[in-house]
Amino acid sequence: MTEHSQDQSQEHDQEHDHPSVALYLKVWILLFIISALSYMVDIIDFQGMLRWSLIIIFMILKAGLIMAVFMHFSWESKTLKVALLVPTFAIPVFMLFMIIEANYTFVNRMLHMGG
Amino acid sequence: MTSQSNKPLGYWQKMVVDWSADKETFQVSWGKLMMWIFLVGDTFIFSIFLIAYMKVRMSATAEWPSTSDVFALEMFGVYVPLLLIAIMTFILITSSGTMAMAVNYAYQGKKKVTFWLMMATAFLGLVFVGFQVFEWTKLIVDYGIRPWGNPFGAEQFGAIFFMITGFHGLHVTGGVIYIFVVALKVRRGDYDKRGFQIVEITGLYWHFVDLVWVFIFAFFYLW
Repeated sequence: MTEHSQDQSQEHDQEHDHPSVALYLKVWILLFIISALSYMVDIIDFQGMLRWSLIIIFMILKAGLIMAVFMHFSWESKTLKVALLVPTFAIPVFMLFMIIEANYTFVNRMLHMGG
Repeated sequence: MTSQSNKPLGYWQKMVVDWSADKETFQVSWGKLMMWIFLVGDTFIFSIFLIAYMKVRMSATAEWPSTSDVFALEMFGVYVPLLLIAIMTFILITSSGTMAMAVNYAYQGKKKVTFWLMMATAFLGLVFVGFQVFEWTKLIVDYGIRPWGNPFGAEQFGAIFFMITGFHGLHVTGGVIYIFVVALKVRRGDYDKRGFQIVEITGLYWHFVDLVWVFIFAFFYLW
């Protein structure tokens, strides 16, 4: 399929429009590099905010690449993308609840149980 | 003025049409859709485990054991922190790569290449599980880490470690069996008439296992 006819054929061609081996190899190499970088965070022994933000950035990059390319998520229909991604917003909400709960537990352990 | 029918639908327009028109909402096969839905469910299970870990670690009053030291390996007399986990990460990423290739060759109808790439994936998965067995043995036998306590610090460390890596290891083991079965069926010619989408569905599961490892690696081992 050429670029120009893509609009018309998008509906029925989506399932057969798979990424090339060359793209897989590029992503593969990229994943290796990012993994090595996130491992370096521990080797160099960054601490504090720098460490945490680097870990999160590399994690999101890796997860995004695996999902977008290896799992063909970028080639799925918009409707499926929305249906699969929207429910995951419950996760940060639950995380927030548990952060509040964890702080409460910690404070009470320190106050009433002597650490 | 361009005619309405030739214009591709906008993002939200397409969404509304897909959800409201009298037709199948997702234009994918049932097998693939069900795998995606299963993976969303599995995402929640692993998120709950990781959130439990966050909660337990935040509320622990004792020092959390240093994963760099617990998972270090001694290589040629040099003490390398977290080496074991780095090797496991690379093995899993490599297996994801071979699986992606297998899917590609399956759609080209190259059964032999697909079969061997899937076997390579299953083999790498087995190596990963092997490393995990080695890791667990070292932690249980040599370091005396138990679900109820350990000599390094916070007691909760063991419970969280065995639960999360155990559940992930179970997924890898299941994936290896799944890939092995599908690979044998590909070679036997079971999908010659039905098409090779099953390889892509198997691949989805396998990449998900790799995806989960990315999060475990970041939050449990590196944090």
